[in-house]
Amino acid sequence: MVDITKTFPGVLANDHVSLTLHKGEVLALLGENGAGKSTLMNMLIGLYQPDSGTIYVNGVQRDIQSPQDSMALGIGMIHQEFMLVGNMSVAENIILGMKDLPFVPPMGEIKKKITALSKRYGLQVYPDKIIRDLSVGEQQRVEILKLLYRGADILILDEPTAVLTPGESRDLNEILKRMLAEGKSAIFITHKMDEVMSFSHTVQVLRRGKSVAVKPTREIANVQELANMMVGRDILFSLDRGPYEPGPEMIEINDLVMLPVGGGKPILDQVTFSVRSGEIFGIAGVAGNGQQQLTEAITGLLHVDGGSIILKGKNMTNKSPIAIIKGGVSHIPADRGRMGVVGDMSVGENLSMKKYRTEELSHNTVMKKGRIRQFAEDLIERFTIKTPSQDTSVKFLSGGNIQKTILAREIDFCRGILIAVYPSRGLDIGATEAVRQNLIKQRDSGAAVLLVSEELEELLMVADRIAVMFEGRIMDILDAKKTGTEELGMLMAGVARGEQ
Amino acid sequence: MRIHLQKRDSRSTLMTILVPVASLLVSFLLGAIVLALSKADPLVTYRAMLRGAFGSQTKLQYTIAKSIPLLLCGLAVGVAFRLKFWNIGAEGQYIAGVIGITWVMQFWTFLPVALLLPVGMVVGVACGALWAAIPGVLKAQWSVDETLTTLMMNYIIIGYAEYLYINAWKAPRGNMGTILYPEAAWLPRIWGRVHAGLYFALALVVVLYFVLYKTRWGFELNMIGKNRRAAQCQGVCIKRNIILGMLLSGAIAGLAGVIDSAAVTHQLTKGVNAGYGFTGIIIAWMSNLNPFVSILVALIMAALETGSDALQILKLPSAMGEVMQGLILIPLLAGSVFTEYRLAKSGTHTEATA
Repeated sequence: MVDITKTFPGVLANDHVSLTLHKGEVLALLGENGAGKSTLMNMLIGLYQPDSGTIYVNGVQRDIQSPQDSMALGIGMIHQEFMLVGNMSVAENIILGMKDLPFVPPMGEIKKKITALSKRYGLQVYPDKIIRDLSVGEQQRVEILKLLYRGADILILDEPTAVLTPGESRDLNEILKRMLAEGKSAIFITHKMDEVMSFSHTVQVLRRGKSVAVKPTREIANVQELANMMVGRDILFSLDRGPYEPGPEMIEINDLVMLPVGGGKPILDQVTFSVRSGEIFGIAGVAGNGQQQLTEAITGLLHVDGGSIILKGKNMTNKSPIAIIKGGVSHIPADRGRMGVVGDMSVGENLSMKKYRTEELSHNTVMKKGRIRQFAEDLIERFTIKTPSQDTSVKFLSGGNIQKTILAREIDFCRGILIAVYPSRGLDIGATEAVRQNLIKQRDSGAAVLLVSEELEELLMVADRIAVMFEGRIMDILDAKKTGTEELGMLMAGVARGEQ
Repeated sequence: MRIHLQKRDSRSTLMTILVPVASLLVSFLLGAIVLALSKADPLVTYRAMLRGAFGSQTKLQYTIAKSIPLLLCGLAVGVAFRLKFWNIGAEGQYIAGVIGITWVMQFWTFLPVALLLPVGMVVGVACGALWAAIPGVLKAQWSVDETLTTLMMNYIIIGYAEYLYINAWKAPRGNMGTILYPEAAWLPRIWGRVHAGLYFALALVVVLYFVLYKTRWGFELNMIGKNRRAAQCQGVCIKRNIILGMLLSGAIAGLAGVIDSAAVTHQLTKGVNAGYGFTGIIIAWMSNLNPFVSILVALIMAALETGSDALQILKLPSAMGEVMQGLILIPLLAGSVFTEYRLAKSGTHTEATA
C-alpha cells in the first residue's frame, strides 16, 4: 500500500500512509484507538476505497472494490466481532457465501477438505459441531479456516487476542507460525505491546492517521521503547493553565467492585481514588481495562457490586442517572454518536438536553421555546460550533462539532464535577485543542475533572494527577509533573513500579 | 452515467411535504392498475368511490363518523411509535375499551343512568390502557419484543370478546351480541350520523400536540424514540416512560372503542374487530406522527372505506378499498428515502454540496 490517504467528514483517518508486507512475514500494526489502523485495513479488503494512493498485491497494481475482490487476490480479514452463524455447523459456516458451489454442496468432500486443512495448520476443529457450542477461541479458529479454505495467502487479524485466554493466545501464536512456514503472511492489529514482541517480525506504528515508525521487531529493545513509539512525545501545542491549588474532595471512590454478568474476572477490582476541586484527574490505560465502566458507574448508568461512590460528600452509589445529574455531575461520554447526542434532533434541542428540566428553560413542565432558542444561540457562539443553524440535525455536523455540542451542553450545566471519557478521540487538531482548553478552564474555575484518555501525551499535558488502570485495577496514581510516558507505558502494560 | 443516492446535508422540508402527497398519487396509480386488471375502468371507479364517500350529506356524515375511531387509533399508535415502541395492538386495546364500557352499561345497573356514560367511558379507557401496559411492562422489565406481544394480545382479546357476545354476556334474544346500552346513555349525535365523539377526537389532537411538542415529557419521549442510550445518559428514565407511553397509547385506543360503541353500535357484538387499530398504523405513519396531519389522513382512510361500498354497484368487491389502503403505505415507505437522500449522477459530488 503506497501513499494511502482517506478522509471522513471532519477526520483525516489516513494521511499518506504506506505499508509493505513481505511473504512469510507477520506485521504488527500498532496504534491507539482512532489512529487509523482499521481504516487502513478496511481499504485493503475493499470495504472502503482510498481517496488517493495505490495498492499493489504481489507487485501488480490493484483496484479493490469489495471484499470479493480482495478474497480473489488471497486477502482475508478476521474482524473483532466474528461473522459466524450461531446455529449452523462449522462446515456450513465455512462454505457460507461461496459462489462457485453446486446447488447441493457435496458436504462429505467439504468436510474432508476442512479436516485436512485443520490438521495441516494445527487448528483443531470438528466440522459437524454447531458454532454456538464452541468457545470463543474455537470460533476464531473457524474464522481462520474459513479464510484458508478460500485460499487466502494474506490474513488480517483485528485484535485477535482481545477475546482470548492466555492459553488460547499461545495456541494462536502456534497456528500463525505454521501458516508462515507454509508461505502465508499476516497483518495483525493490536494495542497490546507484549504480543507485538512475541508474535511479529516487523512493527508499524500509526498515530493520528500517520505512519510514524516501521521497525523490525528484533531491533526493539523492550516494551517500553514500543510504548514510546505508540504514544509519541511530540507536543501539539502548549496550554495556559492556572496554578495547581486543589480544594475539597468532590469525587471519592472507595473499594469499587463491578463483576461481569455470569461471573468471571472482575471488571472493576477494589478501585479507590479521589478527585479534588480545581484538579484534573487523569485515568490512563489501554481501552477495555475498566475505565469506561468506572465512569458509567459514577454516572449511574451501570450498577456496582461493592464499594461506594461519594459525590460532593453525598453517597451516590447505585443512584439513578437523574439523581446524579441533579447532584451536579456532567458527563462527556465515550461514544459520542450513541451516547452523547440524539442525531435526529436539532443542535438546539441537543444543547438543551440537560437544562430543559430547570426553571430557566421550562416552567411547570412546559418548555419555554423562545428561551431555549436564545440559550442555544448563545452556546453555539460561545463554543464556536459550526452549524448552518440551530435547527440542523446534529447528525449532519462533523465529529468535531458534534463533540463541541456535547461539550457546550455539559460544561454549561457543570455544577462542580465533569467526567470526560476519550473526549478528543478521533478529532482533528483544532477540535482537540478546544476540548483540552475547555477542560482546563473548568479546572481553573474550581471543578473536579475526571479525564479518561488513552493518549499519554494528552494526559501529561492536561492532567494534574494520573492514575493508570490495568485489568480493572488502579496500578498507581502519579503526579503528572513527575512522571513520563515510559513510566506510564509500563504501568499500562501491567508492570508495577517495583518491577520496573 | 450512473445514478445513485447521495445523503443530503440536511433534511429537505419540501420533500417531507411532497413525499406523502406524491405517494398518495402513486398509490392511486397502482390502484388503477389493479382495477384495470379486474377489467374495471379506473376513472369510473374512482369517481364512484369519490361520490360514495362525499357525494351527499349523508355520505359525508358516514365518512366523518368513520374517521373518528380511525383518527383516535392513529393518535394512539402515533404516541407509541414516537417511542419507537411498535404497538401494533391498538386493535386489541380498542376492543378492551369496548369490553370495559359494555361491562359498565350491562352490569353496573346500580348507577343512575346519567352516570353510565361517563363512568363507562372511564372504565373503558382504563381497560385499553391496562391492556397496553402489559406489553409495556414486559418490554421495560425484560425486553420482551413488543411487536410479538402486542400482535398476539390482539387475538387473545378478539377471542375473549367473541366468548362474551356469544356466551357470557349474550342478550336473551338473538344469537349474538350483548343487550343494547340504555338509550339515555348513548353518546349523542351532533350532525346526522356524526356524533359527539368528534369533539373528543379533535380536543385530543390539540392536547396531544401540546403534550408531545411543548412539554418536557414530550421532549423526553422524542429523545427516547430517537436515541434510547443518549436519553438514558441525559437522565431520562427509559422504563418508566415506556410504561407511561403505552398507558397513554392504550388509553387513546380504548377511547376509540368506547366512543364508537357508545355512539354507533351501542353494544358489544360481531364486527368489534373492524380493523381500526390496524388502519391506525397506516395513519400514524403517513401523518409522520403529527396529530394535526392525522386528521387529514384519517379522513382519507375513512373515505376509502365508505367509498368502497359504492364499488359493489360496479360489481367490484368492496375489499378494493382495503387494497387501496395497503397500496398507500408502499410508495410512502419507499418515498421517505428522498427526504434524506437525493439522486445524483456518479462523479458529480461537487455540485451536490449546498
